Amino acid sequence: MALFARAPIAPLEYSRTLWMRLWVGAVMVFLYAPLVVLMVFSFNDSKRNVVWRGFTTKYYEKALGNDQLVEALINSLTIAALATLASLVLGTLAAVMLWRFRFPWKGAIDGTISLPIIVPEICLGVAFLMFFAAVGWPTDLVWPFNLGAITIAHITFCFPFVTMVVRSRLASFNREQEEAAKDLGASEAQVFRDVLIPHIKPALVAGALLAFTLSLDDFVITYFTSGPDTITFPVKVYSMVRFSVTPEVNAASTLLIILTVVLTFIALKAQGVKAIAETH
Amino acid sequence: MTEPAKPIIQIQNVSKRFGKVTAVDNVSLDINAGEFFVLLGPSGCGKTTLLRMIAGFELPTEGRILIDGQDMAGIPPNKRPVNMVFQSYAVFPHMSVADNVAYGLKIAGVKGAEIKARVAEALELVKLGGFGERMPDQMSGGQRQRVALARSLVMRPKVLLLDEPLSALDAKLRAQMQFELSELQEKVGITFVTVTHDQDEALSMACRIGVINKGEVAQLATPSDLYEYPANRFVADFVGSVNIFEGKLTLDEPDKAAVDCPGVGKIYLNHGVTGPHGADVWVALRPEKIYLHVPGEGKAVKAAAQDAPDGYNFARGKIKGMSYLGDITLFEIELDGGARIRVSRPNLSRHDQEDFTWDDRVSMHWRADSPVVLLG
Repeated sequence: MALFARAPIAPLEYSRTLWMRLWVGAVMVFLYAPLVVLMVFSFNDSKRNVVWRGFTTKYYEKALGNDQLVEALINSLTIAALATLASLVLGTLAAVMLWRFRFPWKGAIDGTISLPIIVPEICLGVAFLMFFAAVGWPTDLVWPFNLGAITIAHITFCFPFVTMVVRSRLASFNREQEEAAKDLGASEAQVFRDVLIPHIKPALVAGALLAFTLSLDDFVITYFTSGPDTITFPVKVYSMVRFSVTPEVNAASTLLIILTVVLTFIALKAQGVKAIAETH
Repeated sequence: MTEPAKPIIQIQNVSKRFGKVTAVDNVSLDINAGEFFVLLGPSGCGKTTLLRMIAGFELPTEGRILIDGQDMAGIPPNKRPVNMVFQSYAVFPHMSVADNVAYGLKIAGVKGAEIKARVAEALELVKLGGFGERMPDQMSGGQRQRVALARSLVMRPKVLLLDEPLSALDAKLRAQMQFELSELQEKVGITFVTVTHDQDEALSMACRIGVINKGEVAQLATPSDLYEYPANRFVADFVGSVNIFEGKLTLDEPDKAAVDCPGVGKIYLNHGVTGPHGADVWVALRPEKIYLHVPGEGKAVKAAAQDAPDGYNFARGKIKGMSYLGDITLFEIELDGGARIRVSRPNLSRHDQEDFTWDDRVSMHWRADSPVVLLG
């Protein structure tokens, strides 16, 4: 009997208590039920997509055959990639500057850099709309230059996130490593490349992931800065929903979810989840 | 050393001020080629600042530093012929041990095959042969320190600087590393300059010690001279344990002297002091140089001492404190004159500590060449 008796629950063994299990279950349902419904109904053989009418994959074919939708997706990915790259460079430089140097107005600059995180998106959107109108930003450029306005707007709200993540990582940097590298003959540039970048690498990966996903799913700011021919994926989905919610929208969204999950997975795998967790 | 000492580092009237704080105050000293030099002092005395100025991480406010005859003014740390082992070791965590050691050579543009050979040689030197592929987080603190040592030694610097090299190690490992560092230094023949606040470390490793206090050199001497002939009260007190009594110089002849210390009595010396008669001086007396008599033994010694009054000092008192430390026992004794004196006594037999207890009246004596008279 004793062989199969369960050990009594230890004081801190919360994962074995009933109320904690119920709570965790409720959180999971709350978080993921809508997404599961969205994915399941992408296979629904019903145009109105309200009740389940049988399994089909035809809406995936339809979504992939929808030239406008595919173009919007390509636009979104292009913008996200450009915004991520630019945010990484700008964000890292800003973080290193604020960490490493003392200069006049440092406090003010420090504060204003994170402003785009705090300011409501709608305000940023309107601001960008007025700004691009005021400077007379051309709207008739060829691809990919027609994405310029959106990309600039995305960089503005993405790079402060990179700065934040990189700065918190820099706080744990042992300055003696920098001195050790110099002592061994390294120049400032070599110290940056060989010692500082490897140290902040997990933060760069985390920052890039943040920037990429923020840019990819942004609707409000993009809506205000997109020209007539530069539609992005979220904006396109919104306009499709306005007519009717067909499983095509579900299929397209499911594809996007899978894409982000795969990208995140690759990034985490490449870096090691532990190292990224360390940055937070 | 057979060849005449030749200075490899010359520090000439160097001062360093941070704002209003003077960290290093007009220091001049020469460090000889091939010696193991230790900068010893309490924390905040400026010894690390001095070391960092040699490495080039701090610039002197005044004065100049020459390495191998060359003025280092305007030469950045990455161009100086010295290498440093940092207090935190600063091993690069993302590089393997071999890559860490190879880093400086790669920067210097040394060829691949030579790098490999020199890295292997350096790792062998610090007893880490075969550890090249390990990552630093797979190694203990002591091993990481060896990596830092190899990484500096592989550059074949003219001088190796070590900042508190043993402070992060536990007591046993520290004792072992003290020995190994001295051995390594003899083997490679490179000048070592070490900073430490630990007197044991300094005494056991150094050829010469520079004691630094409040940014100034308090004394520059070999370990035994520093301990036996301290130049001032700071050095006497900082290096080892000591009784210091204030008194007046009442007798000062070429072959004998006496200092009258209130609370103790007259302390006799068997050599002259060459201080002004009646001047205020201090007498330093090490606890282990005082012989504490087992009760009953004192009378015979006193009789012997009275036959040769210049040869011995004799005193009586009461035991006020005892601490048994295993190898020795420390006594705190209140002398009949009122002063307190610390005496240490080796436990030569297993029962030695049983001969004494609190409030025992005891007598003690010390040789006339044991006290040191300090003028400052």
